[in-house]
Amino acid sequence: MIKRTVTFTVFLILAFTFSFSQETNANLIAIKGATIIPVVGEDISEGIILIKDGLIEDLGKDINIPQGAKVIDAKGLFAYPGMIDGLCYLGLSEISALRSTIDYREIGKVNSQLKAVEALRPDSVHIPIARANGITAALVVPSGSLIAGQSGLIRLVGWTPEDMIIKSPVAMHISFPSVPRRRRGREAEPREEPSKRVEELKKILNEARYYEKRKEAAKKNLLLTYPDFDEGLEFLVPVVKGELPVMISVHMDKDIKAAIKFVQDEKLKPIFFGVEQGWKVAEDIKKAGIPVIFSSLNNMPPKWEDGYDGVYRNATVLHKAGVKFAFSSQSSSLAKDLPVHAAKAAAFGLDRKEALKGVTINPAEIFGVDHLMGSLEKGKVANIVLADGDILELRTNIKHVFIDGKEVDLSNKYTELLEKFKKRK
Amino acid sequence: MKKKIIPIFLGFSLLFIPVLASGQNLLIKNGTILTVTKGTIPRGDILIINGIIKKIGENIEAPEGVKTVDASGKYVVAGIIDSHTHIAITAGNESSEAITPEVSVRDVLNAEDTAIYTALSGGVTMVHTMHGSGNPIGGQNIVLKMKWGLSAEEMIVHEAYRTLKFALGENPKQSNFFTATPRYPQSRMGVNAIIRRELLKAKNYKEQWDRYLKAKKSKKSAKNLIPPRKNLRMEALADLLRGKMLARCHSYRADETLEFINLSKEFGFKIACFEHASEAFKIAKELAEEGIGTSVFLDSWAYKIEAYEGIAYSAGFCTKKGVLVSINSDSSERIRRLFNDAAKSMKYGGLTEEEALKLVTINPAIQLGVEKIAGSLEVGKHGDIAIFNEHPMSAYTRCDMTIIEGKIYFDRAQYLKEREEEEKKKAEKEKKKKGEKK
Repeated sequence: MIKRTVTFTVFLILAFTFSFSQETNANLIAIKGATIIPVVGEDISEGIILIKDGLIEDLGKDINIPQGAKVIDAKGLFAYPGMIDGLCYLGLSEISALRSTIDYREIGKVNSQLKAVEALRPDSVHIPIARANGITAALVVPSGSLIAGQSGLIRLVGWTPEDMIIKSPVAMHISFPSVPRRRRGREAEPREEPSKRVEELKKILNEARYYEKRKEAAKKNLLLTYPDFDEGLEFLVPVVKGELPVMISVHMDKDIKAAIKFVQDEKLKPIFFGVEQGWKVAEDIKKAGIPVIFSSLNNMPPKWEDGYDGVYRNATVLHKAGVKFAFSSQSSSLAKDLPVHAAKAAAFGLDRKEALKGVTINPAEIFGVDHLMGSLEKGKVANIVLADGDILELRTNIKHVFIDGKEVDLSNKYTELLEKFKKRK
Repeated sequence: MKKKIIPIFLGFSLLFIPVLASGQNLLIKNGTILTVTKGTIPRGDILIINGIIKKIGENIEAPEGVKTVDASGKYVVAGIIDSHTHIAITAGNESSEAITPEVSVRDVLNAEDTAIYTALSGGVTMVHTMHGSGNPIGGQNIVLKMKWGLSAEEMIVHEAYRTLKFALGENPKQSNFFTATPRYPQSRMGVNAIIRRELLKAKNYKEQWDRYLKAKKSKKSAKNLIPPRKNLRMEALADLLRGKMLARCHSYRADETLEFINLSKEFGFKIACFEHASEAFKIAKELAEEGIGTSVFLDSWAYKIEAYEGIAYSAGFCTKKGVLVSINSDSSERIRRLFNDAAKSMKYGGLTEEEALKLVTINPAIQLGVEKIAGSLEVGKHGDIAIFNEHPMSAYTRCDMTIIEGKIYFDRAQYLKEREEEEKKKAEKEKKKKGEKK
C-alpha cells in the first residue's frame, strides 16, 4: 500500500514537472537574484535578467518575471557579460608540437586570401574549457606571414564552423618585425629593419590599389582587359579602401612609431597587437587613436632594460594616456586563462573595472560588435556568465554560461577525465 | 706533510662555516603571516638574526641595530620554492650520448642569469635547477638559493638531496625534432631497456668496488690487491644504488611512470619525484602508496601528444589522494608566477588556500630534502621570505619584497624609486641637450 502511494506521488510529481516544463517557454529565461555586473553602468544587487529569443529583454531590480519563463535561481552568484578573447588560436591549434594539428600559419609572404574561420575545428577540446571559464567569444587569427590573412570572431559553441562565426573577416593581419628573443646559448637573430618592411608593405598595398583601379576601369571600358587574377591583391582591396581594419603585430617602440606613420600614410583602419613597449610611446598611440590588443602577459618584456614589470604595467600606462585596449590569451590550450592576464595588469596598477572592460566591452568595441555584446544591456545578445565570485579571480567557479540566450554545457575534457578516474578505486 | 694539511683544511672549513652565518638581521613588522605549516597570524612580526628565524609572534621589539621592514596590510609568506627549473646554468643537455649521469649542472652554473632576478620578483627564494630531458639519464642537478649578486658557489644549498635526472617518453626518444644522427633509443621500449642496461652495469661496478673495499679492510687482505678501475659514469649510478643520490624522473604517461617505479624496485633505488607527470591523476594510488612525489605544471598541457591528457585537476586530485605534489615552472618566465598556478588548484581540485600555498613552499622543500631549513615560517628555519601586497592566492596579488636569510634581494618600492630617479635624470639630460641646441 505504502509502495503504491509512493509510486503514485512520484507519478504525480513527474506529471506535474512534465506539464510545467511544457508550459515554460524555452526562449524565455529569467536569471533571478544575482549581483549583476553590467560592465557599462552601475552594478545591480539581487537583480533580474530576462532573456527572450536569445537577447537580453530587460534587466534591473524590479522586473516582472512573465509567466512561463524558466527561472534560474542565481542567489549569491555574480552575473557578468561573457568574456571576449582579443586574439587566440582556438580551433586552429590542438597540440602545438604536432604540425598535423596546427592550422593557423602558412608559408609565403602575402597570404591575404586566408580566412582563419575556414580552418576552424568546432570539436577542439580547448573550446569547451575556455567556455567553462566564462569566455563566450574569441577572435581567431592567422599568423606567421608578412600578411597572414583574415581573422574572424567566433562564439564558443556550435556544431559546425558556420554555427560559430559571429563576424568574418574582422581584420587583415600584418606583422612588423618580431621581438628578438634570445634562445639559450644562442644570440638573437639580427632583426629586420622596420623601414624595409614598411617599404615592402607599401609596395604591396600600392599594387592592390592599381589592381583595383585597373579592374574598375576595365569594367567601364570594353577596350581594356581585366588584370590577371591575383589572390594576394584581390583580398587586400577592402584594406586599401579603408573598409577592413588591419591588425598589425608590432612590439618595439620604434616599430610602433613606424607603424603609426605607415597606417596614417596609407589611410588604413588600424588595430595594433602586442605593443609590449607601448608604454614608451603611449602618447603617440593615443594621438593616432589606435586601439591595442595586448599579447599574453605571460611573456618577459622584450628588453631587460624595460624593467621586470614591463608587460605588466603596460596596460596601466596606456590606459592613463587614453588608449583603448583589450587582453588576449594568444593561445588555444590556455585560452581559458584570459581573465588571468587582465587580473595581472590590475595587480600592477590598472583599475580592476578597467581590467574587466579589457576582456568584455573593449574588445567588443574594437571588433565593431559592441552593439551585440561586451556588456549586459537591454537588446544585446544574452552572453551571460554566472560566477560564484569575481570573474577575474583564480579561485572563482563558473556555474552557468549562456551563449545567445541558451545555457551551454560546461563539461569538457578536464571534467570527463576527472570523472573517469574518480571511479578508479 | 700530513700534519700541515690538517690545519690548512681546518682553516678552510672555518672559512666555509660562516657561509650560513653570513645571513643578516631583520625584523618584519605587522604583516599577516602565512606560516604554511602553523597557521596564520593575522598581524604579527618575524625576527631574523644571522639569517635564521629567531622569533615569530606579536609585538616583537627590534634589537638594537636591527633593520625593520613594515609589512602593514601585506602578506608575509615563506619564500617560494621551484622544484624544477633550468635557470642559472649555461647548458642542460649533453646530447652526444643517451646516458650521461657523470655530468653535473654544478659545472655550468651561471650566477649572472637574469632569470635569478625574475625568480626573485615572483617571491622565489630557492630552485632545483636540473638537466634537460634529452637523455634517458641526463646528469646531476643542484639546489640553489636566488642570491642575486653573489657567486654561484655561494648560492648552493648544501643541505639538499643529491639528485639525478632521468627522462622517459617523447624527449629521450627524440620524437619532436628532426635529428640527422638519430641514436638509440627511439622508443619507450628502448628508453626502459637502456636505463636497465646502465643500472645492470652499475650494479656490477658497485659489487666489484664493495668486494674490493671489504677485502681491503680485512686483515687478511692480499698485499697486491688492485682496486677496480674508476668510472665516473658508473660512480654516479652506483651512488644512486647506494641511496646517496635520488632519482628525479621526467615522465608524462601513466604507463611509463609505472614502468620506472618497477625499475626502481628491481634495482632498489629511490625516486624522489616524477617531473611533469601529466597523467599522475591516473595513478595517484600507486604514487601515494610508494611515497613518490610529483613536480608538475598546474595547467600547461596539450603541447605534445603525451601531454594531451594533463588536466588542470591533477595536482589537486593527487594532493587529496595523499601524493606530495609541487608546482614547478620549468621556465625562466613562469617562475615569477608560481603563486598564480598554485592558486588555480583551489578551482581545479578544491584545495584550501593553505593547501594550495603548500604546493609551492613546504611540498617542494620536502621533495628537495630541505624542509628543515625552508618551506615554511618557523623558528629555526632560514629567514627566506616573500611579502605580497594581497593574499598570494589572489589573482590580484603582486610580490613586493623577497628576502633570503634576512637579506633583502628584491624590493619593489626601492626598485620603483630608483627607476623614477633614473628617468628624472634622463629627462633633465635631454632638457639640457635641447637647451644647448637653442
